[in-house]
Amino acid sequence: MRKLLLFSLIVLVGITFIARLFYLQIYTAKTYDIYEDNAIRKVFYYPKRGYVYDRNGELLVANQPSYDVMVIPREVEPLDTLEFCSLLKITKEDYINKYNRAYIYSPRLPSPFVPQLSKKDYAVLQEKMWKYKGFYIQKRSLRDYQTTIGANVLGYIAEANQKEIDADSYYQMGDLIGKQGIETSYENELRGSKGVKFIQKDRFNKDIGSFRNGDDDIIPTPGKDITVSIDAKLQAYGELLMQNKVGGIVAIEPSSGEILSLVSAPSYNPNLMVGRERSDNYIKLRNDSIHLPLIDKGLLRMHEPGSPFKALIALTALQENVVDENFTVRCTGAYNYGGKRSMSCHCGTGTRNIYNGISESCNSYFATLYRKTIDKYSDPSHAMDVWSNHIKSFGLGNYLGYDLTIGKPGNIPDGAYYDRMYPDFQWRATTNISNAIGQGEILVTPIQLANMMATIANRGYYYTPHIIKSIEGQSIDSTYTTKHHTTIDKHHFEPVIQGLFDVYDKPGGTANFLQVPGIEICGKTGTAENFTVIDSVKTQLTDHSIFVAFAPKENPKIAIAVLVENGYFGARFAGRIASLMIEKYIKGSISRTDLERWVMNYTLEHEYDKPTSGKPFRINANSGLMTVKEYERLKKIESEQIQIDMQ
Amino acid sequence: MSLNRTRNFKFDWITIVLFLLLVGFGWLNIVSASSSGEITSYLDMSQPYGKQSVFILFTLVLIILVLSFEAKFYERFASIIYLVSMLSLVGLFLFGKTVNGATSWYAIGGFTLQPSEFAKFATALAVAKYISDLQTNIKGVKDQLKTALIIFVPAFLILLQNDAGSTIVYASFFFVFYREGIPQIYLLLLLSIILLSVSALKFSVLSTAIMVTVLIFVHHFFIKKKKGSILQPIFISLICVAFSFGVHFFYSNILQPHQQNRISLWLRLEKDPAKLKQMKRTILYNLNESEKAISSGEFTGKGFMKGTRTIGKFVPEQHTDYIFSTVGEEWGFLGSSFVVILFVLLLIRILHLAELQKSQFSRIYGYSVASILFLHFMINIGMVMGLIPTIGIPLPFFSYGGSGLWGFTLLLFVFVKLDSNRINEW
Repeated sequence: MRKLLLFSLIVLVGITFIARLFYLQIYTAKTYDIYEDNAIRKVFYYPKRGYVYDRNGELLVANQPSYDVMVIPREVEPLDTLEFCSLLKITKEDYINKYNRAYIYSPRLPSPFVPQLSKKDYAVLQEKMWKYKGFYIQKRSLRDYQTTIGANVLGYIAEANQKEIDADSYYQMGDLIGKQGIETSYENELRGSKGVKFIQKDRFNKDIGSFRNGDDDIIPTPGKDITVSIDAKLQAYGELLMQNKVGGIVAIEPSSGEILSLVSAPSYNPNLMVGRERSDNYIKLRNDSIHLPLIDKGLLRMHEPGSPFKALIALTALQENVVDENFTVRCTGAYNYGGKRSMSCHCGTGTRNIYNGISESCNSYFATLYRKTIDKYSDPSHAMDVWSNHIKSFGLGNYLGYDLTIGKPGNIPDGAYYDRMYPDFQWRATTNISNAIGQGEILVTPIQLANMMATIANRGYYYTPHIIKSIEGQSIDSTYTTKHHTTIDKHHFEPVIQGLFDVYDKPGGTANFLQVPGIEICGKTGTAENFTVIDSVKTQLTDHSIFVAFAPKENPKIAIAVLVENGYFGARFAGRIASLMIEKYIKGSISRTDLERWVMNYTLEHEYDKPTSGKPFRINANSGLMTVKEYERLKKIESEQIQIDMQ
Repeated sequence: MSLNRTRNFKFDWITIVLFLLLVGFGWLNIVSASSSGEITSYLDMSQPYGKQSVFILFTLVLIILVLSFEAKFYERFASIIYLVSMLSLVGLFLFGKTVNGATSWYAIGGFTLQPSEFAKFATALAVAKYISDLQTNIKGVKDQLKTALIIFVPAFLILLQNDAGSTIVYASFFFVFYREGIPQIYLLLLLSIILLSVSALKFSVLSTAIMVTVLIFVHHFFIKKKKGSILQPIFISLICVAFSFGVHFFYSNILQPHQQNRISLWLRLEKDPAKLKQMKRTILYNLNESEKAISSGEFTGKGFMKGTRTIGKFVPEQHTDYIFSTVGEEWGFLGSSFVVILFVLLLIRILHLAELQKSQFSRIYGYSVASILFLHFMINIGMVMGLIPTIGIPLPFFSYGGSGLWGFTLLLFVFVKLDSNRINEW
């Protein structure tokens, strides 16, 4: 027995040790991650972010160096906070708050402490940085915008938030990521990939050389330069024309689907989204609830298309063989359907065929066509499906699939839609006759309208609109080089296009006064009624001015949709702007400077003030035009009045 | 069986192979722990690994020397070796060199020699010699006291030199005495002392006193068959209570703060998280880093010379007392378990051989060797993995250091020599 004491103790201790080893090395051990190893310092190298050029090779976005003070809370040692804070130009409270925030995020991973130092602060700080253990300076590249236009397209980059970090392990706290526009869409191409150098540290946190001779180091890959399809000159001109107005312009090259300009007004200088003031500027922009500068009007505004939609009504009617191009309707100034109900028409009575039906925008003519199309089948639900299918083949009623991350689907109703709306199934063409004139349940975005025009210009097909033209050393996504055909036969387009041409060309056409000498433009005016809620009362505002067009008639170069909010009838603002844009793009200069001056001279700010003014107001024909000077004088008087009232 | 064959000394090759494996693997880890990942020459005398290479070469010479003496020499000269060793310990008070607060070294030229590493060997010889003497009766109190004195002298001298860790090693002779037949009561006493000490510190003196008294009286009235005087349990309880108070007094008033902290951490006495964090950063730093290094090795380890925490020298004293953390980091669970198993096999082999000895001297000596090595093994690896409080003693054959390596080699190979002579004993 006595012999066994030591023997059993030896065995017992051996087993205990192996159990302890198992506990330490297998049971509680996390998989080794060099990024978690505090014996290895990780030094990150951020590559140059890809430059952005416009379609003509003009540099739009470049880079500038930026220096972030980073902190690894676990490695921070007691320091002269007073000196450190004064170098960083922060207060002691800031220091404590920032430190705590970083510590809560992670004690062992780096977090930005003071981002984006100025060059001067950096120079001073760099000399003393060795004193502050656990802090270091990280060089990054920020955007340097070479232009003041296209903020909505170019987007911006900012520090990745927690959600983005969780979603993609590439990102760490303090890394920059595209937040909007092409910076988001082409983040992976633009950013390249960061490099990292692993450095072995000793327990005094001193570097003692590269880890494994740098075998594991990752060399940074520079980001790729991209060329966007935007024409910077056209974009700038569009933004200029849209001054003092709210709305959007979308111009597309029909033969490729490339977006030539995407104007959202009012816009902002993209340089506001760079540097330490970025978040202040962002909040200021976000809080402008009247103009909503951060909302891309060309992509996100969804409204009834109005008259431009008539072109599709004509095309579907032709395709369904319910009429031919010689069909006529006698307009009496109103279209009566089913007893007393009627839809008024502003075309000015007369016999309408497909050409002057379009050019003079006759409601009665298109109501007849629509009704014939839906009544072709005995089952209105089926007829509606057939009709809806034709319309949707123009890229309406769903997300278009362009390479910007924001958008709206719009709405094109089908049979099931009305079956839900009228559960007793008592609905017919006359129930939703307003679809015939682009009202009712139909909703589109300006880019969908522009694409619709590009499709008509192409006589029946379109390429998914896209903002990318080329990527350095890489071809663009094949979805942007694939033709999408409509369900309408090619030969049906000619009469419709002729009608759209007559809008400009014929004396009675709604845009006759907007002709551009030497360019055959096809277009269509539109107005969209719109409402707002003031003190919980639904109140109508001045109509939105809409215009769609493409030019030239043969071999079209540009298709365009213009939305000017509360601009009243289509030709007034939108039509003028579309006409100028087309001339600018095709000719490169403007011959009709009086037209240009007119557009820039008039403001719509007084319209946008109405809903919040608290005073009764008039709309549409009863609401006058106002020049920029008059508006400024009015504002001056108002502010003086307020001061007097306050005294 | 011819006499000729038995005269050919038969060394126990299993022991020798286990010894060589441990020394060789130990050397690899010292290279890694002391080299910062770059090696110019394995004999670079400015680096610990270079010195260790030389120490190992000398060790081979030492082994040949040890094995070439007559086996009887060690028994005959045991007393003299012991005396010389004790004198070398005493001499430290006059000529000793102080390193890390302990006056345990002689400085000879560029080298230092630690006589306490050889004293274990000398004491083992003396103990074996004294107990195996025909006139000694280990069951008698008088001889027990005399034997205890043999151990007490070096233990006390080493304690005076402020090397508490090495003193504790002398407790290993308990196993030898127990094997040789001291009464069972000593084992009971030892267990009681350990339990009472831990309980008094962990659960307070008062609760320990009450619990112990209740247990003793329960035993006296309900379990014990032959009931003696009522004074007996009262007396025992009083001693236990007094001892508990004594332990507490010793802990709070005699132990130095750093020793207190080690025990406090081991028994998880400190509850204040802020203070605990502070302790982890200071006195627990070594253990914390050592555990981290071992954990980071996972199943297969990071590979030889690839341990980031070893290269970064995160574990202080890693090539000496904390060498096992290098094994843990670079060789993982597989390598660490291998080392543990090597030690267990070696210890069991020595025990086995000791029991086979025909001469009592050889058996006692062999048992001493196993006990001493076992205590080192248990305390060192237990400490590195955070199972027992920090006590700074080396891992035999593994830790860096010439004196230690030679001391342990001497200890082991004298036994190998004695064992080889087993067949010639009658």
